[in-house]
Amino acid sequence: MTLLRTVNLKKYFGETHAVDDVNFTVTKGELLSLVGSNGAGKTTLVNLISAYLHPDEGQILLDEEDITHSSVNDRIQAGIARSFQLVNLFDDLTAFDNVALAIFAREGKTGNLMSIADHDEEVRREADEVMGQFGLENKGGLTAGGLAQGERKLLDVAVAYALRPKLLFLDEPTSGVSTRDKLQIMDTISSVVRAENVTAVIIEHDMDVVFKYSDRIVAMHEGKILADGPPDEIRNNQDVATTLLGAALPS
Amino acid sequence: MEIFIIQFLNSVFYASILFLIAAGLSLIYGVMQIINLAHGSLYALGAYVTAWAVGTLAAGGHVVLLFLLLPAGAVAVAAVGMVIEPTLLRPLYKRPEEYQLLVTFALLLILEDVMRFLFGGVPLSADAIMDATGSIPVMTLKYPVYNLMVIGIGILAALFLWAFIYRTRFGIMLRATSQDRRMASALGINVKRVYMQAFTIGCFMAGLGGAIVVPSQAAVLGMGIDALILAFVVVVIGGLGSLEGALIGALLVSFVRTAGIQFFPEIELAVLYLIAAVVLLIRPTGMFGKVS
Amino acid sequence: MKFGFIPTDKLSPWRLAAHGAPIVVVLLLFPQFGGLYQTQLLTYGLIFAIAALGFNLLLGYTGLLSFGHSAYFALGAYTAAFMVKYLGVGSMELYILGGLLITAVISAAFGYVCVRHTRIFFAVLTLALSQVLWTLAYKFFWVTGGTDGIRVPFSKMTLLGGVVDFTSRGGYQSFVFSYYYYVVGLFLVCVSLMWVIVHSPFGKALQAIRDNETRAQFLGIRVRHYRWIAFLVSGTFTGLAGILWVPLNGLVTPDIAWWPFSGEIIFMTVLGGFRNFTGPIIGAVVFNYLKTYAIASTVFWQAALGIILLVLVLALPAGIVGACSRLTAKLRQKKEDEEDMAT
Repeated sequence: MTLLRTVNLKKYFGETHAVDDVNFTVTKGELLSLVGSNGAGKTTLVNLISAYLHPDEGQILLDEEDITHSSVNDRIQAGIARSFQLVNLFDDLTAFDNVALAIFAREGKTGNLMSIADHDEEVRREADEVMGQFGLENKGGLTAGGLAQGERKLLDVAVAYALRPKLLFLDEPTSGVSTRDKLQIMDTISSVVRAENVTAVIIEHDMDVVFKYSDRIVAMHEGKILADGPPDEIRNNQDVATTLLGAALPS
Repeated sequence: MEIFIIQFLNSVFYASILFLIAAGLSLIYGVMQIINLAHGSLYALGAYVTAWAVGTLAAGGHVVLLFLLLPAGAVAVAAVGMVIEPTLLRPLYKRPEEYQLLVTFALLLILEDVMRFLFGGVPLSADAIMDATGSIPVMTLKYPVYNLMVIGIGILAALFLWAFIYRTRFGIMLRATSQDRRMASALGINVKRVYMQAFTIGCFMAGLGGAIVVPSQAAVLGMGIDALILAFVVVVIGGLGSLEGALIGALLVSFVRTAGIQFFPEIELAVLYLIAAVVLLIRPTGMFGKVS
Repeated sequence: MKFGFIPTDKLSPWRLAAHGAPIVVVLLLFPQFGGLYQTQLLTYGLIFAIAALGFNLLLGYTGLLSFGHSAYFALGAYTAAFMVKYLGVGSMELYILGGLLITAVISAAFGYVCVRHTRIFFAVLTLALSQVLWTLAYKFFWVTGGTDGIRVPFSKMTLLGGVVDFTSRGGYQSFVFSYYYYVVGLFLVCVSLMWVIVHSPFGKALQAIRDNETRAQFLGIRVRHYRWIAFLVSGTFTGLAGILWVPLNGLVTPDIAWWPFSGEIIFMTVLGGFRNFTGPIIGAVVFNYLKTYAIASTVFWQAALGIILLVLVLALPAGIVGACSRLTAKLRQKKEDEEDMAT
């Protein structure tokens, strides 16, 4: 069942066709990897879907509802959440508060001036749970700015996840960490996402990670979708190999 | 009819002074992203030093000597700037800009009392220059020649600054640094030196404004604080970091102020602040400013 | 605005009350051993503490530096003064109601336009708007008394809805002591109120906006709206301080709307440390003493304050409270290290 699809989506930056006539679909419950070389349009596509940018042409449909021109807030209410390429946290708040805040926001409780945040048992319990799911149970009291890079990347995902979105976009969740940490982070992310049946789209450069964890891979190049299919199919796709790896695959 | 001519000349006179102060403020902001709250006090210091040099030190001296001493204020203030920048401002460049506001505010407090200490609470004037240059007839009234000289200096300053920023190598370095500090540094520009020079020039201009206003208007305590807020309005309207903006803004503010004092004195200041507020709302970068 | 690791206050209300109780006791007993002059001085300190507390909601918690908070202080003060002069009102409670209303309305209006911008433009806009008010106070002298100002004599005032008045009792001394307790009461209310606000989900959202506006937006937080509310609350607190100030000062003049006073409010907050809850309170009280003694000691008190501010910014950016908490953290760490080594 299709959760999200774009119809002839276009975004230009001057002469550059960052996203060029893209028909992108996401099926409910899958873990999809969005790959492509730098400048292929992956982040722009995610920016368009999350309302960080607005398209020049085309449509975005979530559950067949047209959300093309809705605001950031509307998209979030509709169930789209995202993390960013460069870790984007509330560095001077504790890791716990970062996650709790997402829950407060989701529950519409951030307008409460007259109650103590720390006393909301429901929110605390859920934040604890999420922290645990992401392996951050012992780091709650540290400020987000004081965590190690790998932990920050996980926290970044945890915060977006705590919004309990229908559709979660993760922009390079494993970039900037060591290989060992990469797999650990992806293990955590994928197990949470699958256990909770969250539909996730991950922008990723590391093809090993991509092949290991994805249900489906969409490869972009110069603003267009180059290939779209399960890992085995993509693995044998010459075009993908050429553009991404710069060489022909041995046949 | 003559009233209008006189008022017009007064407006341009005052605009010249405002331009010098505002352009300095704008330059410092444009290059260093610092809002120099002490800028008005530096203007006042320039006025005091020149008044002291002309009115006290060389009192009764030959007119030529007095004129030679006129820029004393500008030079003194530039020297002060050369000392302040490396000692008090440089340590804060890496810190959030709010801290820089606080430091310049502290400087304002200190400078106000430095002037009180050095020159006392009595107004200092440099009338001798004003008297020596006499006045010319404007229809049935007379207008001080000195004011016309100030207008001339203002025009010269504007031209000189424009040439300096847009036609010299140093100007290119200034503009490069103000646009992208890191890039400028990577290109081999000595950013530290550019900052110091920009700050010194900005201070020089504030001091010059004070120096040339004082034959017409005695130096008094508190003149800096009054001037700063007006310079602010100019820079907001004209755009932070823009030379043309400082010029247009100075003319606009000066004319509104003169007309205001003449026709509706109660609200002339309020009108200016309101204009500033409206400009900030519609076009926060001012008429010509750049977004930093 | 990003700074190093400063631990967030995580006291529960009970622990806070336990910490606060000795202070409350000291405050209540102060007039006994302080005497008339000191009591009056501390009253001013507490009033400014309320102003700084309000101001810091914007600076420390929302990351917005206002250079125009003198406006709200002045609005509170002038409203009270107008009520005395034009309506013949003597009840302090009415001053508070009227003043809070006016201040809230104007801060809402000013805030609405100001929060469309951030950083330097926000600061300059708040400055410009505050000076519009100053001009009105200064120029419309037939309404505001101009530089002569408006007198607010304590003898015609009543506290607690008329229960306490100063017509029959013996003069100034009685007023100072009664008024001190009144201010202490309101001060404690304000501190509690602000403490709750800052520790509420709203307060966390503000801090999130401060730390990372974009991410806050992508959590579904309406950034501009929340900034506006913070502005409104902040201005109203500072307005209350203005209302409380004017009966003690006896006179209101345009000076309190003049922009250097906004600078003083910032100074107080930074002095105590704006990344702590108690920083602005301590800073305001200390600043008040500093300024009073500076003025009494030298005619160059402005320079003295300026030098202190310079030292603060260059050497002690976390303010008094921040420096103290760093020091205690260091001492605690040292103690732990020594204990580790001993075992």
